[in-house]
Amino acid sequence: MKIHEYIAKDIFKEEGISIPKSKLAVSPEEAKMVSSEIGKPVVIKSQILVGGRGKAGGIKFADNPDEVYTKANEILGSTLKDERVEMVLVEEKLDIISEYYLSIVLDRSAKKPLIMASMSGGIDIEDVAQNNPEKIIKYYLNPLDEFLPYHGREIAIKMGVPNSLITKLGAVVCKLFNVFQKYDATVAEINPLVVTVNGIIAADAKLEIDDDALYRQKSLVELEKVNKGEFAYVKLDGDIAVIGNGAGLTLSGMDMLKLYGGKPATFLDIGGGSSQENIVKALNIVISDPDVKTVFLNVLGGITRADDVARGVLDVLDATKHKVPIVIRLTGTNEEEGQRILKEAGVSYETSMEAAAKKAVELCKDII
Amino acid sequence: MIILDKNTRCVVQGITGKQGSFHTEQMLNYHTKIVAGTSPGKGGQNIGELPIYNSIEEAKEEHDINASIIFVPAPFAKDAAFEAISQLDLAVIITEHIPVHDTMEIVEYAKREKTTIIGPNTPGIISPGVGKLGIMPTHIFNEGNVGIVSRSGTLTYEVANQVTDSGMGQSTCIGIGGDPVVGLDFADVLQRFEDDDNTAAMVMIGEIGGNAEEIAAKFINKNITKPVVAYIAGVTAPPGKRMGHAGAIIEGNSSTAASKIEALEDSGVYVAERPSEIADLIWELI
Repeated sequence: MKIHEYIAKDIFKEEGISIPKSKLAVSPEEAKMVSSEIGKPVVIKSQILVGGRGKAGGIKFADNPDEVYTKANEILGSTLKDERVEMVLVEEKLDIISEYYLSIVLDRSAKKPLIMASMSGGIDIEDVAQNNPEKIIKYYLNPLDEFLPYHGREIAIKMGVPNSLITKLGAVVCKLFNVFQKYDATVAEINPLVVTVNGIIAADAKLEIDDDALYRQKSLVELEKVNKGEFAYVKLDGDIAVIGNGAGLTLSGMDMLKLYGGKPATFLDIGGGSSQENIVKALNIVISDPDVKTVFLNVLGGITRADDVARGVLDVLDATKHKVPIVIRLTGTNEEEGQRILKEAGVSYETSMEAAAKKAVELCKDII
Repeated sequence: MIILDKNTRCVVQGITGKQGSFHTEQMLNYHTKIVAGTSPGKGGQNIGELPIYNSIEEAKEEHDINASIIFVPAPFAKDAAFEAISQLDLAVIITEHIPVHDTMEIVEYAKREKTTIIGPNTPGIISPGVGKLGIMPTHIFNEGNVGIVSRSGTLTYEVANQVTDSGMGQSTCIGIGGDPVVGLDFADVLQRFEDDDNTAAMVMIGEIGGNAEEIAAKFINKNITKPVVAYIAGVTAPPGKRMGHAGAIIEGNSSTAASKIEALEDSGVYVAERPSEIADLIWELI
């Protein structure tokens, strides 16, 4: 399974690999806003899974927010290599000193992980491999051995990096190998790996996961699934997960939280006509996120039925021993039935969005 | 014959599962020397006349065992394989969908312990007249002097059946497995057939994906004197799509059927265009 760049970058960051300042955007307006926040020239990168997106026009540079709007508008909704672009990553443009290449793949014939690294990184690495193969060093890892920092340094030395970078680059190799192992990757690649005055930064992130290992990579599967259109899901940096039915309502729920001093951890729009099963999925996505301390479920049923939502909530509460409180706002279609189901199970609920948002913020404060 | 011979005495790991119990009976019906089974927590029970133990160590206290066949589900297969490798000379891993990181560890550990691994994701091994450690139907095999090695299951049956129908038979037939990483590979098996007095010719059945066939071609050129007939499946497969087996995906030029066929022909291997040509080609060569 291929992983989107922005998810791969979150994973890299978690393992301690530096990534550029960046944020996902689904509209030109949003892209413009993000670039204003970043406050410097940016790169707009289409979030698609097919390779060679740069050469196909899926990566554009912009110097100011207006230019960001124009270029994001060109990319979003366009079709690159048969894949429609629904999201772009707006990312600070790095001041590049040099571009390296680093990848870990599964070598089928050696039956081992293979690290390839080069000081000649960038989009033309295939040409380097073809014409100057000596510039790419190869290093096999023993799958039974622990990968230690000195392995990383050996690779850095073989690459020929300056002395000042040997330890730093070695550490990046080590961390990328941790990603490779922890996530059952078949490919983990950074190209280019950029040297800047501020350190070594992964300007791109490519990650592919072994399909046979998905049973033990459930959180990653959920993250990718929601981006295949089941839900609109964006991870944010707060601690209260916001789930709503409909984008406007979900956004509004986030605004209400902020109003009462809370910080949203997610934007998760379950869409119209969500089933009991969908509610369960959505709740499981957010409660498996260690950053989430409270859940704010904001439902005003239209096609979505309140009784389905109530049953979904009970399923999750019954099935998990988790201690993440869920604050529920439940009204709309079949609300009497939905509210009765919750009441009978001893689960409290609110009928106004504001009241629920306020309660969520208070609960979350108590937890900290 | 190779690997599986009259000295092979086997334990079945995961014998109480549906697959394990069914195929144990089939293997016994084919007179294979299955002497025990393991299933943690079910030691002391029996399946038919076969005793079940909690561990291989326990089974070895009562029986002389040197091989294992593994039917344990994928999430637990690495554990089972390590248990076998630590104490036995041969492990046949039937289980499919084992995470490839687990398989890499299994293969490396087996190398250290000098244990032979067949699979994972394999139909197993059969030496007609001696027995089978695997899940293949037996009526299509016949004692003979053709060695067959293959990455696929049913295609192997197809070819074995034609060899049998043409009046010949097999010394040993091995499925090396359809996963990206497997234990024994083509070259290992071909070398053993080369060294085996009962094998006069070899059939190698490959498919798209990876470069095992290209490596085998080079190996044949250097080390194999007996005639080899090959067949490669997937000439019309599109690139970038996984075609059933985890290992069968065209990535780059070396994994296409065309590249494999060219490499084999350059090494003096007779490449059949259709499975039905294989038996005739062998008749001409031996």
